[in-house]
Amino acid sequence: MSDSINIEYTKIAEIKGPLMIVDGITQASFDELVEIETPDGERRLGRVLEVGYGKAIVQVFEGTTGLAIVGTKAKFTGKTMQMPVSPEVLGRVFDGLGRPNDGLPEPIADKFLDVNGEPMNPEQREYPTSFIQTGVSVIDGMLTLVRGQKLPIFSGSGMPHNILAAQIARQASVVGTKEDFAVVFAAIGVQYSEAQYFKRSLEESGALRRSVLFLNLADDPAIERIITPRVALTVAEYLAFDLGMHVLAILTDMTNYSEALREISAAREEVPGRKGYPGYLYTDLANIYERAGRLKGKNGSVTQVPILSMPADDITHPIPDLTGYITEGQMVLGRDLFRKGIYPSVNVLMSLSRLMKDGIGEGKTRSDHSEVANQLYDAYSRSQEVRALAEIVGRAGLTGIDLKYLDTGDMFENNFLKQNLDESRSLEETLSRAWDILSALPESELTKIKDKHIKQYYRHQNQQQSNIGVAAAASSSSSNST
Amino acid sequence: MVAKGRIIWVSGPAVKADGMSTVKMYETVEVGNSKLVGEVIRLTGDTAFIQVYESTSGLKPGESVTGTGQPLSVLLGPGIIGKIYDGIQRPLGEIAQKSGSYIGRGVHTDPVDMKKKYHFQPVVRKNDGVGSGSVLGYVEETPLLNHSIMVPPNFKNGTIVDVISEGDYDIEQVVVTLETSEGKIPLKMYHKWPVRKPRPYTERYDPTVPLITGQRVIDTYFPIAKGGTGAIPGGFGTGKTVTLHQIAKWADSKVVVYIGCGERGNEMTEVLVEFPHLIDPRSNRPLMERTVLVANTSNMPVAAREASIYTGVTLAEYYRDMGLDVVLVADSTSRWAEALREMSGRLEEMPAEEGYPSYLASRLAEFYERAGRVKALGSPNRTGSVTLVGAVSPSGADFTEPVTTHTIRFIKTFWALDTRLAYSRHYPSINWMNSYSGYLEDVSKWWKENVSSEWYDLRAYSYNLLQREDTLKEIVRLLGPESLPDEEKLILEVARMIKIGILQQNSFDKVDTYSSPEKQLKLVKLIVNYHKEAQKALKEGITLADIRTMPIIPSILKAKFEIPDEDIAKLDQLDKQMHEQFDKIVHSGVKLIV
Ligand SMILES: Nc1ncnc2c1ncn2[C@@H]1O[C@H](COP(=O)(O)OP(=O)(O)OP(=O)(O)O)[C@@H](O)[C@H]1O
Ligand SMILES: [Mg+2]
Repeated sequence: MSDSINIEYTKIAEIKGPLMIVDGITQASFDELVEIETPDGERRLGRVLEVGYGKAIVQVFEGTTGLAIVGTKAKFTGKTMQMPVSPEVLGRVFDGLGRPNDGLPEPIADKFLDVNGEPMNPEQREYPTSFIQTGVSVIDGMLTLVRGQKLPIFSGSGMPHNILAAQIARQASVVGTKEDFAVVFAAIGVQYSEAQYFKRSLEESGALRRSVLFLNLADDPAIERIITPRVALTVAEYLAFDLGMHVLAILTDMTNYSEALREISAAREEVPGRKGYPGYLYTDLANIYERAGRLKGKNGSVTQVPILSMPADDITHPIPDLTGYITEGQMVLGRDLFRKGIYPSVNVLMSLSRLMKDGIGEGKTRSDHSEVANQLYDAYSRSQEVRALAEIVGRAGLTGIDLKYLDTGDMFENNFLKQNLDESRSLEETLSRAWDILSALPESELTKIKDKHIKQYYRHQNQQQSNIGVAAAASSSSSNST
Repeated sequence: MVAKGRIIWVSGPAVKADGMSTVKMYETVEVGNSKLVGEVIRLTGDTAFIQVYESTSGLKPGESVTGTGQPLSVLLGPGIIGKIYDGIQRPLGEIAQKSGSYIGRGVHTDPVDMKKKYHFQPVVRKNDGVGSGSVLGYVEETPLLNHSIMVPPNFKNGTIVDVISEGDYDIEQVVVTLETSEGKIPLKMYHKWPVRKPRPYTERYDPTVPLITGQRVIDTYFPIAKGGTGAIPGGFGTGKTVTLHQIAKWADSKVVVYIGCGERGNEMTEVLVEFPHLIDPRSNRPLMERTVLVANTSNMPVAAREASIYTGVTLAEYYRDMGLDVVLVADSTSRWAEALREMSGRLEEMPAEEGYPSYLASRLAEFYERAGRVKALGSPNRTGSVTLVGAVSPSGADFTEPVTTHTIRFIKTFWALDTRLAYSRHYPSINWMNSYSGYLEDVSKWWKENVSSEWYDLRAYSYNLLQREDTLKEIVRLLGPESLPDEEKLILEVARMIKIGILQQNSFDKVDTYSSPEKQLKLVKLIVNYHKEAQKALKEGITLADIRTMPIIPSILKAKFEIPDEDIAKLDQLDKQMHEQFDKIVHSGVKLIV
C-alpha cells in the first residue's frame, strides 16, 4: 500500500455523526489512517472503516463538528494508526489518541507500533501462573490475580472501583521477585476528578515515574475512545515484551468505550444486536481484552484490570455480559455491601478468578489455599441463603447450624472482606483471618477441606474466644439495623 | 479455469471482487497482494462476495483475487494428532516459527510434516479388489494411535496393481496404485476432503454405549452415548470450558478434537501445557497423543471461526472412519453463530431473530447431524463414532435466545448450567432439575452388563430424592425448615449429601477430577443406603439431630476426594461403618426409650 501514501482528496460526499464519506477515491485501504484538515485549518485524525466503489467511509476521532463538504481535505497516509514508543514513554501523560498531553515534546521513538496489535499465537503464550499479592484479602484469598490475567472490576455508578483499582496498583507486588513493574492507565471518558485521583495515588506511592497515562476525559471527543485502550495496550505490550516489564494495565471505563462503538455502528446503520450495541461488540472487546498475557521466551507480562460500570447495576447488560465471556473472571462490586459501608464492597459470590487455581497452592501461596477459598465461598453462600430465610421466618425458625452460618456471614464481611484503603495484608494474615471464620463452624461442616489441613489449621472453640466475641458483636449490630 | 478478479470493496472481513464469473460457491481464493485466504460465500453477476480468514487491515480495492479451484479442504493423513491448528488447518506451531509470537498474515504452511517418516505396514496385496474407505495399511501416528491409511471416500472400486512393501516412508510416498475404470490411480498416505461435506459411511447405528467421562453428574445422571450429541449452555463463568476440558481429558475415546472457537487464548494454551503431562488412565500415555486442537480465539479473524467448526468435525470423521471413537468438543458454538451473523449482516441479508440469519437453525442441525456411531466404508468391518458436544454461551445467560433454543432441537443430552449454582460454588453447576439425557435408557444396558445391575435403580432412587427436595425447598422458603416433619427434613439432609458428595466435583483436585463408573456407583449406593438406614432409625424413634450429627457423615461427603479409585474397597468399609454406627445409635436409642 506504499503507493497510496499521502494522497489528498477534497471531494467529501457526506458527513453524518462521527463519519465522513470521501468520494473519488482511487487509492485507499481498509483501516488506513487519514489526516483531515477542516476548512479552518484544524487537523484531525480518522480511520477508514469501509472502502470501495470510489468511496471511503472515514471515522473521525475528534468528531465531525466544523467539517464541511467544501473545504475539508482528507489525506490518506497509506498506513494504519501507529504509536511511537521508546523507554521514554514512562512517566509521561498522553491524550486519548496517544499524543503528549503533559506539555513535554513527543518522546523520541524507537519504533512505531500498529495500535491494533496482532493476535497472540496461542501456541506462543506462556500460561499465567505467578501470584500477584495485592494485599487485599478478598482478592488474594478468594479471587487471586496472576500475572498476565485479565480481571475486570464490574461496578456501578458511585461505587469505589477506582479506589480499589488504585489500591491494587499501589500494593501489587509479586512474591519473591523484584523485577520491573509498570502501570499503564487509560482513562476512557471518565471525569477529570477520577483521573486525577488515580494520578495522585500513583504519585504518592512513587509509582508515577513507572507509569504511562492516557487520558480521554468525559469532555474529550467520544470517538477518540475507540483508540484510547488500543494505544494504551500498545504501550503496555511494548513495555512488557520489548522491555521485559510486568505491566498492570487499568482501563476505565469500558462502558464509555462500548458506547462510542455503538455510536459509530448506529451512524453506519448496521443491524443492531442487544440494546443497540453492534453484533460484533464481543469480537471488538475481545480484541482489547485478549491483549493481556505472557509470551514464551519473554520476561514481561501484561495484566489487565479493565473497569466498567454496569448500567443500572445489571450484570446481564451486554457490556458486562460480553466482558465476562472474554475476561478471566470478574470482581463484582455489590450495592448492598457498599450501602453497608463495607470497603471493598466485592460481592464474592458473583466474582471469580479463573486463573486462581494455577497461581496458588503449595510452593506458590500455601497448600490449603484453594480448599480454604472454596470453603469460604460455600460458607458465605450458605450464610446468604440463611439470611434470606431469616427475613421470612425470623431467627426462631432457624436450626442451630443455620444460626452459626448467619454469624459466619457477618464475620466474613466485617473481619475478612472489610479493609482499609491503605491496609496491605500479608497472605498469611489473609489466610489466618479465613481460618478464624471457618473455625467458627463445626469441623464437620468443612466438607471441602482435606482432613490433614483441618488438623493443621482448624482452631477449636477454646482457642478462639476473641473471635467469637467479634462475631457476636458484628451480628448484633446487623440485627439492630434490620 | 481459475478465476482472476480485482477487489472492489473492503469492509472488515468482507470483500467484494469483480471479474469472478468462473469462481464457484465456497471456493477458496487468494485475496490481495499478501494472498490472504478467503472463501466465496455469494455470487452476483461476476461479483464474488468473499469472507476473508485473515485480517484485512491494509487491503485495498484494485488488488487481485485469484481462485484456487478448490473448496475449503483439510489434509487428512498421519501427523494431525498432537497439533494445534487455526480454523483453516494451519499449524500454529509452524506459523510461530515463521512469524513469531503473533499470528502473521498470508503465512502458508503444510498442515502436517510432509517429510516425517512413518513405518507403513500394508494389509492389502496386489490384485486385491478394494473400494472406497477400505484400509490399505497402518502407520503408528502416536504410541496411542494406530492410523489406518484408507482409500479416500467417493472413490471408484478398483484392483490393486501395486503395493509398496513394509517400510519407513514420508506421507507423499505412493503406497498403493489402483486400477479403476478411470485408469490408474496412485494413492498416498493422505488425501484432502472439503470441510463442509460430511464424510460418507455405510450405515448408522444407534448410540448405546455410554461415553464415560469420569464426571459423576454426567455419567450417572445425564449420560451421553458414544456417537451422541450434547450441549452445555451457561452464562459466563458457569463452567462450560472446565466441563469440556474434563471431557477432553477423561472421556474413554480414542481421539479427542478440541475446538476453541472464538474463546480465550489462554484456554488453548492451558490444554497445550497440561495435556502432554496428563496421563491417560487407560493407556498410561500422555493425553496429547490422542488430542488435536483447532484454535480460533476470540481475537483471531472472525470468519475463520465459522470454518473452525467444519475443520474440526471433518478431522473427527476421518478418525471415525478408521473405526475409532472420537469425541469433539466445541467451545463455543455461540461464537460460531455470531460469526455467521456478522457475515450475514455484511451481506445485508434479512435477519431473523436477534440479527441471526434465518439459516442459523439449519446450520446447527447440519453440524450436530455429523455426530453418530457408524459402520465405516470399505473393508475390514469397522465401527467408529463421533460424539459432538457444544458449549453455548447465551447472552445474559438467557436460555430463550436463538442459539440455545435452536441447539436444543438438535441434541439429545442437555447439561443446563446454572448461574446461581455457580455463584454458590456448586461445580459443575449443572442444574439437575433442568438437565436431561435422551440416552439414559439406551446406556442402562451397558451399566448393567459392565458395572452393576443396581445402577439404574440407584440412580432413580437418588434422583427422586433430589426431585422431592426441589418441591420441599419451596415450602422451606416460605415457612422455614422447622415446619417440615422429620421424614422430610431427612430428605433435605440426604439431598444435601447427594449434592456435596456426588454432584459437586472439583476438577482441580487430583482425586476428585475423575471417578470411575465403579466409584460413582459405590458413592451413590453409600448415600442411598444412608437414607434407608436413617429412615429406619427415625421409625425406631431416633431423633433427626442424632442422625444428622453422625460422625460418619463428613467421611461420606469427603470420600469422593479422600478415597482414590485405587482404594475403592475403602468405600465398602465406609458403608460397613455407616451401618455399624446406625446399629449403635438405634441400639442405644432403643435402650433410652426402654
Ligand atoms: N468442576 C469444577 N471444579 C472446580 N471449579 C470449577 C468447575 N467448573 C467450573 N469451575 C470454576 O468456574 C470457573 C469458570 O468456569 P469456565 O471457565 O468453565 O466457565 P465458562 O462457562 O466456560 O465461562 P465462559 O463462557 O466465560 O467461557 C473456573 O475457572 C473454575 O474456577
Ligand atoms: Mg468458557
